[in-house]
Amino acid sequence: MLHERTITELRLGLENGEFSAEELTRHYLSRLEGPSQDINAFITVTGNIALERAKKSDIDRSKGHAGPLSGIPIAHKDVFCTRGVRTSAGSLILDKFIAPYSATVVEKLEQAGAVMLGKTNQDEFAMGSSNENSHYGPVLNPWDRTRVPGGSSGGSAAAVAAGLCAASTGTDTGGSIRQPSSFCGVTGIKPTYGRISRWGIIAYASSLDQAGPITQTAEDAALMLEVMAGHDPKDSTSIAAGVPRYTDSLANPIKGLRIGLCQEYFDEGLDATTGKLIMEAVAVLESQGAVISEVSLSTTRYAVPAYYVIAPAECSANLSRYDGVRFGHRCENPKDLDDLYKRTRSEAFGNEVKQRILVGAFALSTGYYDAYYRKAQQVRRLIRNDFQEAFKTVDLLLSPTAPTPAFRIGEKSDDQVAMYLQDIYTISSNLAGLPAISIPAGIHGHLPTGLQLIGNYLDEARLLNVAHQYQLQTNWHKLSPPAGGTA
Amino acid sequence: MTTADNMNGWEIVIGLEVHVQLLTESKIFSGASTRFGAEPNTQACAIDLGMPGVLPVVNEAVYPKAIAFGLAVGAEIGARSVFDRKNYFYPDLPKGYQITQMDHPIVLGGHADIMLESGELKTINITRAHLEEDAGKSLHEDFQGMTGVDLNRAGTPLLEIVSEPDMRSVAEAVAYAKYIHQLVTYLDVSDGEMSQGSMRCDANVSIRRFGETEMGTRTETKNINSFRFLERAIIHEINRQVAILETGGRVVQETRLYDPDRDETRPMRSKETANDYRYFPEPDLLPVLIDEAYIQDVRNKMPELPSEKRIRFEREHDLPEADAIILTSTTQLADYFERVAATGGDSRLAANWVRVELLSKLNKASIALEEAPVSAEQLGSIVTRIRDKTISGTIAKTVFDGLWSGQAESADDFIASHDLQQVSGTDELEPIVSAIIANNPKQAEQYRSGKTKLLGFFVGQVMKETGGKANPQQVSELTKKLLT
Amino acid sequence: MKVTRDVVEKIAELAQLQIPDGELAAVSEKMSRVLDLVEEMQSADTAGIEPMANPLDATQLLRPDVVTEHDQRRLYQDIAPETKDGLYLVPKVID
Repeated sequence: MLHERTITELRLGLENGEFSAEELTRHYLSRLEGPSQDINAFITVTGNIALERAKKSDIDRSKGHAGPLSGIPIAHKDVFCTRGVRTSAGSLILDKFIAPYSATVVEKLEQAGAVMLGKTNQDEFAMGSSNENSHYGPVLNPWDRTRVPGGSSGGSAAAVAAGLCAASTGTDTGGSIRQPSSFCGVTGIKPTYGRISRWGIIAYASSLDQAGPITQTAEDAALMLEVMAGHDPKDSTSIAAGVPRYTDSLANPIKGLRIGLCQEYFDEGLDATTGKLIMEAVAVLESQGAVISEVSLSTTRYAVPAYYVIAPAECSANLSRYDGVRFGHRCENPKDLDDLYKRTRSEAFGNEVKQRILVGAFALSTGYYDAYYRKAQQVRRLIRNDFQEAFKTVDLLLSPTAPTPAFRIGEKSDDQVAMYLQDIYTISSNLAGLPAISIPAGIHGHLPTGLQLIGNYLDEARLLNVAHQYQLQTNWHKLSPPAGGTA
Repeated sequence: MTTADNMNGWEIVIGLEVHVQLLTESKIFSGASTRFGAEPNTQACAIDLGMPGVLPVVNEAVYPKAIAFGLAVGAEIGARSVFDRKNYFYPDLPKGYQITQMDHPIVLGGHADIMLESGELKTINITRAHLEEDAGKSLHEDFQGMTGVDLNRAGTPLLEIVSEPDMRSVAEAVAYAKYIHQLVTYLDVSDGEMSQGSMRCDANVSIRRFGETEMGTRTETKNINSFRFLERAIIHEINRQVAILETGGRVVQETRLYDPDRDETRPMRSKETANDYRYFPEPDLLPVLIDEAYIQDVRNKMPELPSEKRIRFEREHDLPEADAIILTSTTQLADYFERVAATGGDSRLAANWVRVELLSKLNKASIALEEAPVSAEQLGSIVTRIRDKTISGTIAKTVFDGLWSGQAESADDFIASHDLQQVSGTDELEPIVSAIIANNPKQAEQYRSGKTKLLGFFVGQVMKETGGKANPQQVSELTKKLLT
Repeated sequence: MKVTRDVVEKIAELAQLQIPDGELAAVSEKMSRVLDLVEEMQSADTAGIEPMANPLDATQLLRPDVVTEHDQRRLYQDIAPETKDGLYLVPKVID
């Protein structure tokens, strides 16, 4: 089936004339109208735009102008601005927002020839770990429709898993690419902070947000990342360093590679079966010549606390622009300015978003700034130093991506703190700004389990190399969810 | 009470926050134009509008300008300059926060040495100066009972210069504001067009009993956009506070607005309800590092400062201090004067002509120096002809008028075409003087009998006869000779 | 940390959010739980540690002072809730 093929395989088919980009796009569009779309992975399907782009891609190819992703059908998380297309960030407040410009990532992928099928569902403003916080309803996990796909890029991960697009984009502020990738059995990489431009990505927490691709394989991730990464003069925080050809180093042998297992990531909160599956994966890498050792990141326990100060603080300011004046939702007949602001924001933001704004505003308010925001930024440096110490003895760190496989819809929605602890293994790399990847590493009952690799700054090539080598030895990434999803 | 400077036992304490618009082509964080007077919202780009997903990038032009100001006031330049977010909601603030500098401003300390009316210098200390973006504008004309918002100004680069509460009179406050204005225009940091909002002041005013060491409760009067309004606003505020305190009341610390139409200040009702600004470092921007070489480069490119120029004028052009102060009030005027002096070959004469004739003409016509119909070179050529005695000072005024009204291209053309050359040859003058003496025998008799004051009468008659062209000194000599 | 209803009301005012009286208790309870989670951080020894604003301690690249944006008022105001004569309209602001 076409939708089971990887980007690499699809490229081959397009090059060989086995099928056209238009045929490929029509195939995916028909799937988006078929039974699999019940998982609610998309907020907006842009069929006409997709077909137009696909036809153009076919013409380009016939003229010998095919880009690296020419004709490949992809989807963007709805947090990426797409010119002329609704960009909602999963929020009622942007339900009618037609972006007047495109994110740099969107433009780069377009220039590479990729065909946008639509915009994927997500937790509102990327705040959440289950995709239950979307104005457009929850996304269902294609492996089990009673379970969450993870969040906040749940729609993007579920869409790739369910064969609704060949690849997708996501954003990761505390684990929002990796945790849903883990829950949906796909590959997702969060690059070094600043590796990919944030221009045109609706901000959640500016110093933590980072975009990345979600794909079936590490090889596909390398292809996508090559296109998405790079310095952007429109983003002051984007890194001014050249982008390596990630696909060139995929075949490197991993013999002698030093992998560290962080003790603190195998704690009592980790589901036993998940832990066992991860150790089996470690054995595979060891058999390929990797040298395994234990390391300690003693600051790990401060990561979730620091994150839940910094992210809310930044979001409390980032979300002030949604005031009903220049774009987005505005309440009916505001009686005065105060009413305009308060009613617009209160009726159009979801509960989790409001909650985080309040926590963030509190952490920045007079008398609390030093104890909360400043302290958290100091802790952040401790966490970073901890990682740098570890990278003196190992090349990569390995851990589970999440403590458990996908949980049931509604299971944690009343327990915010339990939900926050979902990101316990992923959050540290956001705080430190390090690149990290999640790849499928086993099946837990009927649910996928993800393995996380964390690398040093700008070491994406090595992460992709190791992930690819692992995928050459295993088949976990090739498994597709059963049709309809078992219950 | 009409004067606020001397009021039974109350000491006035004033600090000023001066917002100066930096003279740049584009905004501080976006590529939108800063040109004044555009149609509403046509110069507000996605970044200025605070649209979702946009990011700021800092305009490099703001640094040399801010640093030049810092160097000019003897300040320390922040080696690590960081932007912060200041959070509050207001329709003219699109993002719901203003990008400004809190903990790491670009300019730290410094001082302004203002000249008081007595001629003494007084040092006003500067606390800091920081970079920030301007907000937009709310238009309160009625739009179906609503307020219109124009965001063209949003994102315009500002330098906010904060003084210590060192001013003790309204006159000092105005002198300080004028000093800052002169400095920033000299340095090309700002165009200083106050009517276009390029410089605005917030005045922090309090009063206390003389001898009291504690500060009184202060109020902040915002958005004052002329020196006159600054004076009026502070006077009004002082009078208001005196009236409160003398009737046993308490001054409330608050933000007020000056209303020039009513000449009064009143509390602002909206902006400041929530004054917990929750500053934190702007995560979308990174620290800017400024090294010594960069500062040195700015220093090397800095023009002469007003005080330096004034001292040089006194020395090089041998001008009295008062003249030097006037002629160095703006760089344009100083340059004009120096060109007149260079062309005319006589600094004092040039200074006189620029200070008296030129300035009063400009004033009368209400036009700026740049629009003056007489160029510095033209005025210089007049000075040349006065100096070489081709024309007298009186005739020179006629020549100046002629050039002002465009009747000739140069002083020489006008002198030639109107036959204004000074008559100073004895051969030409003697017959005229003799005739005047002959026609006024009575006065000649009185002169000879000792009423020498009548010399002026004869000279005047000769000048009249010659249409002012005679060299008055020559005439005077000849008259004396012929009358003895 | 226990967040009182008064604090919630004050913070909600700063954030321009409306919290119905009936929900105040629940919101302050939720905020308190998050702040309890965050409390763990206080035991970290951060004496002498410079707060980290950027992971790579990178510094700002500057933009040349060039006008690159042209008038797109129409495009931008097409998605605005209420405009007139090129202005964004809001309920009457009294200064």
